[in-house]
Amino acid sequence: MRRSRAGSIRQVSGERLPVPALVIALVAIAFFALPFIGLLWRAPWSTAWSVLSKDHVRTALVLSIKCSLAATVLALIFGVPLAWLLARVRFPGRSVVRALCTLSMVVPPVVGGVALFFSFGRRGLFGQYLDRWFDLRLPFTTPGVVVAQTFVAMPFLVLTVEAALRQLDRRFEDAARTLGGSRWYVFRRITLPTITPALVAGSVLAWARALGEFGATITFAGNYPGRTQTMPLATYLALESDPEEALILSLVLIGVSFVVLVGLRDRWLGGAPRPVAA
Amino acid sequence: MSPGGTTGLSADIGLQLGALDLDVTLNVEPGEVVAILGPNGAGKSTVLRALAGLTPIHRGRITIGAADGVLAVDDPSAGVFVPPERRPVGVVFQDYLLFAHLSALENVAFGLRARGVPRSEARRQAGGWLERLGLADHAGHRPRQLSGGQAQRVALARALATEPRLLLLDEPLAALDAGTRSDVRRDLRRHLESFDGMRVLVTHDPVDAYALADRVAIMDAGRVVQIGTLSDVTAHPRSRYVANLVGINLVSGSVDGGVLTTESGAHVVIADAVAGPTFAVVRPQAVSLQRDAVATSSVRNIWPGTVADIDRIGDRCRVSLRGVLPLTAEITVSALESLALRPGDEIFAAVKATDIEAYPA
Repeated sequence: MRRSRAGSIRQVSGERLPVPALVIALVAIAFFALPFIGLLWRAPWSTAWSVLSKDHVRTALVLSIKCSLAATVLALIFGVPLAWLLARVRFPGRSVVRALCTLSMVVPPVVGGVALFFSFGRRGLFGQYLDRWFDLRLPFTTPGVVVAQTFVAMPFLVLTVEAALRQLDRRFEDAARTLGGSRWYVFRRITLPTITPALVAGSVLAWARALGEFGATITFAGNYPGRTQTMPLATYLALESDPEEALILSLVLIGVSFVVLVGLRDRWLGGAPRPVAA
Repeated sequence: MSPGGTTGLSADIGLQLGALDLDVTLNVEPGEVVAILGPNGAGKSTVLRALAGLTPIHRGRITIGAADGVLAVDDPSAGVFVPPERRPVGVVFQDYLLFAHLSALENVAFGLRARGVPRSEARRQAGGWLERLGLADHAGHRPRQLSGGQAQRVALARALATEPRLLLLDEPLAALDAGTRSDVRRDLRRHLESFDGMRVLVTHDPVDAYALADRVAIMDAGRVVQIGTLSDVTAHPRSRYVANLVGINLVSGSVDGGVLTTESGAHVVIADAVAGPTFAVVRPQAVSLQRDAVATSSVRNIWPGTVADIDRIGDRCRVSLRGVLPLTAEITVSALESLALRPGDEIFAAVKATDIEAYPA
């Protein structure tokens, strides 16, 4: 690990930026770094543990982790076949379908929550049948949180996996077919292992997005402690009543996301070349 | 041409792919090696893809003779299409396409596993194939740890492990550098000889075709323009294109001290520094014909021969000679007239040593 770091530093130092560009880049770095420094500066480290051991904080943390993991699993189950379809099958309106399936990534999450409410709410176009036929109510329930998170997070996985499937050299799949592999067998033994890095990266991005989900969740699932109050919701509420608690909760969310991104960079995003086994 | 349809491969391939309009008839007998030779874009690889089932044909019919009768694998007019995974066909791809996340052993076992052979049995058989190809020490290695020649043998083992009736090889030597090429070509020939099915090889290099194949099919712009044995194509090229592309004399023998000795006992002085088994390429344009045996110039090679045939292609003639060293010479029509050559004439062929290209065989 240490060796690869040194290698990448040497690579970077190989090219020198013009001074104005370098200054602007440094300003950009400061822009991203300063808010976190401010947060760390103000953090009440002495009370951190007592805040984190509060019941409602614990509950929000556990609920957040459970719901975001469930959303990631759903995104994987539905997202991989969707990415496969978008990458491989030519059909009329494919670009429209792709836009539709990634729309929730760009619309304001609150809008997504409103849309979910009017379609899957109790009186919603489809929600009324969920209620009547399956006795399933999504709004203001924990499954509702998972649905809202999946809705906004899945596009990250779909786009990542679709790009990997497009870049994949199809001739390897051809080779596997001529060796006797059915389409499914080839997908399982050749395609999936080849796109594993993208699968991991997409899952982590989707998970991080689900973990931080706020707008769609509060609109569609509400803010019920223990049922739908996730970490971001608890943080927002704490800001009004107890700013110190909001600070601590923010730091926890930042820490988790930062660790995930750094880990991703080294393992899967081509940040460091993997050592060649002897 | 032989029927081929009963026990061998019989392919009548018609398809359009972008600018390529492919219309090819190809028959291969059991045990035979046919090389498809032609420039880039001629449609050679597409023929292989059609035979493998990776590109369905639009018209025509492909049948492969099997022990229990003829298997039609692609016949659009009859609505027959057997997908690649159910054809008795193995493919060695250009660049070999070994699966990077699997070891050499797992690569070779892949086809058996795909056919439902239990893991331990598949690995045992794959190990046997690697051993046969001299790769037992590399079973656990990943493809990126293998040299070009080793990767090619793993690809060959992988294709042969499923025991196909028809083996297709797409430019099997193109990915190798010149230094290892002749060694790998010699190994490949040995391994291909030990496989008794049909083999179709695509290449753009006449030397590969000559070294590995019984017959060559020369392709240009989606058509087979000539098919036959190597010496036949050289002596009687049906077009200028064929003459230029593949109409070369290939002499094989063993080199000792700058002299190549053929099996029939002819001696060829060469300039290239090679030793041992060697191919020598003599372009027909480099062969001059003379009535007497006296070397009056810097020419180092003079062989006697009898004129067998004279083929006229445009303003040039191909004169094929019988004798201790069968050769084809290409001379102009006026040279032919001034020599007054007739079939049956005794003549001498002369070639400068520096006009002969030698390759280790």
